[in-house]
Amino acid sequence: MRASRPKAAIAAVAVAALAVAGCAESDRDDSSGGSKKDTLVFGVAGDPKVLDPSFASDGESLRVARQVFETLVRPEEGGTKVTPGLAESWTPDATGTTWTFKLRSGVKFHDGTDFNAEAVCVNFNRWYNAKGLMQSPDVTAYWQDIMGGFAKNEDETLPPSLFKSCTAKDATTVDLSFTRVSSKIPAALMLPSFSIHSPKALEQYDASNVGGTAEDIKYPAYATEHPTGTGPFKFKSWDVANKTLTIERNDDYWGQKAKLKTLIFKTISDENARKQALRSGDIQGYDLVGPADVEPLKGEGFNVLTRPAFNILYLAINQNGNPKLKDLKVRQAIAHALNRQALVDSKLPPGAKVAVNFMPDTVEGWNGDVTKYEYDVNKAKQLLKEAGAEGLTLRFHYPTEVTRPYMPNPKDLFELLSADLQAAGIKIQPIPLKWSPDYLNATTSGNKHDLHFLGWTGDYGDGYNFIGTFFDRQKDEWGYNNPALFEQFKDADSTADQAARVEKYKALNKAIMDFLPGVPVSHSPPAIVFGKDVTGIKASPLTDERYATAEFKS
Amino acid sequence: MFRFIVRRLLQLIPTLFGLSLLLFIWLRRLPGGPETAILGERGTPEMRAAIRRSMGLDEPILVQYGRFVRRLIRLDLGTSTSTKRSVVSEFLERFPGTVELTVTALVIAIGVGIPLGYLAARRRGRLLDHLSVGGSLIGICIPVFFLAYVLKAIFSENLGWFPSSGRQDPTIDATRITNFFVLDGIMTREWDAAADAIWHLVLPGLALASIPLAIIVRITRASVLEVLNEDFVRTAEAKGLTERTVRRRHVLRNSLLPVVTSIGLLTGGLLSGAVLTETVFAFTGIGAFIYDAINQRDYPVLMGFILIIAVVYVLVNLLVDLSYSLIDPRVRVR
Repeated sequence: MRASRPKAAIAAVAVAALAVAGCAESDRDDSSGGSKKDTLVFGVAGDPKVLDPSFASDGESLRVARQVFETLVRPEEGGTKVTPGLAESWTPDATGTTWTFKLRSGVKFHDGTDFNAEAVCVNFNRWYNAKGLMQSPDVTAYWQDIMGGFAKNEDETLPPSLFKSCTAKDATTVDLSFTRVSSKIPAALMLPSFSIHSPKALEQYDASNVGGTAEDIKYPAYATEHPTGTGPFKFKSWDVANKTLTIERNDDYWGQKAKLKTLIFKTISDENARKQALRSGDIQGYDLVGPADVEPLKGEGFNVLTRPAFNILYLAINQNGNPKLKDLKVRQAIAHALNRQALVDSKLPPGAKVAVNFMPDTVEGWNGDVTKYEYDVNKAKQLLKEAGAEGLTLRFHYPTEVTRPYMPNPKDLFELLSADLQAAGIKIQPIPLKWSPDYLNATTSGNKHDLHFLGWTGDYGDGYNFIGTFFDRQKDEWGYNNPALFEQFKDADSTADQAARVEKYKALNKAIMDFLPGVPVSHSPPAIVFGKDVTGIKASPLTDERYATAEFKS
Repeated sequence: MFRFIVRRLLQLIPTLFGLSLLLFIWLRRLPGGPETAILGERGTPEMRAAIRRSMGLDEPILVQYGRFVRRLIRLDLGTSTSTKRSVVSEFLERFPGTVELTVTALVIAIGVGIPLGYLAARRRGRLLDHLSVGGSLIGICIPVFFLAYVLKAIFSENLGWFPSSGRQDPTIDATRITNFFVLDGIMTREWDAAADAIWHLVLPGLALASIPLAIIVRITRASVLEVLNEDFVRTAEAKGLTERTVRRRHVLRNSLLPVVTSIGLLTGGLLSGAVLTETVFAFTGIGAFIYDAINQRDYPVLMGFILIIAVVYVLVNLLVDLSYSLIDPRVRVR
């Protein structure tokens, strides 16, 4: 009976199939069916890492957080100015160290509990009193970036905390006190990492219990399954196996309710694959549109939105590298040698601009009246000659296998700029490195780099977030020590009066462009695209797009 | 046979320890660590050092390895440094996708490859032979990711017959049990979910099948040609057996041994080598995840995934060895 073996096998498979069919319960909720026209599937480049934004610093986690949670203040729609969020108004006291926030009333968390001053304090105290692994820079990156340290720093290298205390004066009034005046307040409080969570949910799901061991951090259930905020959408499910995260309309939202019933974020890491998925109708929008795709997609009728540029690409010069770079004339020669306009015209997306400061002109404190270094090869050669640096050889680092919003195609940019420098008589030794970890390590530590590209996308609308991040202290990236400049930064940072601080930023921008630690190259507007029939979304320079206003044209 | 299986499984233990030690040392010799990927351009040398300290990466390598082995013995593979989720659950969520894709590709490659190779050999020098030999050459030459883009452009973007990405339409409210989406759909009788999952497998399965299909066609063809010239085939024909019996019982069966060996090797390659297909089709599997883990120096994921894949690879080849005895009774495993 050997011939029957295949038949026996088929029979066995059929029996097995029958046996498994119906052996498990479907947990499908039959009432949840809705028309596809109130469901938007949006393609994103990566999975979110964590759903509690207190622990997040990656763009995809923050994108979800911005729909589910709200902060005390928020950026204006489509801009960077500080506008009311969960707080209706805010004022500093005379010293500038205590801020009083007047809160909205009638706001409820997704679990039905009330939002009030007490809840705000629970949140700030939770961050401030972080213990153990919650103090890891890997876990609370943004808190440490903005506030420095904690109530009790467990690592002696942590700075003291900027945050001091929170006092709930009545249900809708809360005082936040800080240890000193800082430019970060109140603008930084618009970061999703300062989202207000439901105190009940925080406790119920053990949100502060970051467990495991140092090398093996485990987030509590709250951070992966139960994020509970006040936003226009509620978290529904995160299907890691299918790379999708689903949120749905919060029907009890205090403001304008979301027009979509369901919003699904679907991870498609490959840029071309996202484009194909949009064209085939799998998704109805995606982010991180390649600069070369902007015009074709527009031509096909897709709704391509260009965000106002809120970033900077710069060419850094390391004064600790080649000793000649300590000479201002050599740095000026480099700046004059670069044809930045040609680079912007040929390699960056439509709407990109040549940078004049190390911050975009949408940020207060930008200064058009600074030393500008127009493209002039002869002047560059002349300056090199004066400095006795003819025939100078520089190591030029550029990253591979990466695109950043400010730098869509590093290799192309490198080729253009290195050709410019060579035309001025500077010899270039190209050093291509993999972005992570090699490139980032090589350019921000040690002294083996002379020139390199790097950039920044702003977190919130204050100038310090740009120029302070780069230049307010001694850094291996730039290799200089300029105490006068550092002092000037300190003074600006501790100026509570907004208008006065802005004037100080203007002076700083002038000082920076005179000192010329590097050359600001460009600001590129990143694009985001939606389906032909999707409307209602306004592009935000801070990537704070509000999907609640999105709808399908009928 | 039982002793054979036990012996092969016991051999796994020293293999795994050797592999884990080599991997551990090699990974930590790579420049940079997870801290750079975690911090991106926001990182300063001080912040990176703080993360290294907090993760225990500044300790001697043997101390770190000792900790790893102690956990491994408890079957705890640790937590991903980039996703902060347990390596085991990351694996259980991603591996089923890779298995579904591999099985689809194998079904296509075997189902089409063996008959085609056999027919090509039988019609040697005729049109079908030329077509299949030429076609298989093209199959081997075309890069998989290119084929994937072409398939998507035609069947998804233009014709709209198949979805272009993912494992299942996210608007389908599917119940997850094993994370094998087709199986889950059958088990829960959510037929739409199962059908949709199969639908999502077609294009990536075709793209991934191209190279194994070409290899199977060529090996089958060569093997059949060789067997056709054997004495026992002539004997069988001479003693008056029908052509059908000669074909099935003598030619095909004897030709299959090298084909099965190559399928065993191809399976291992498919399981760990579907990176490009997974990326192009945004298909949740282990390939693309491992690739990212290398860039992010996600040591726990790399260690865990590679060790589990090694186990799977050994098991697949064990199955292949066992199947020899089914095909050729003269082969007995000892």
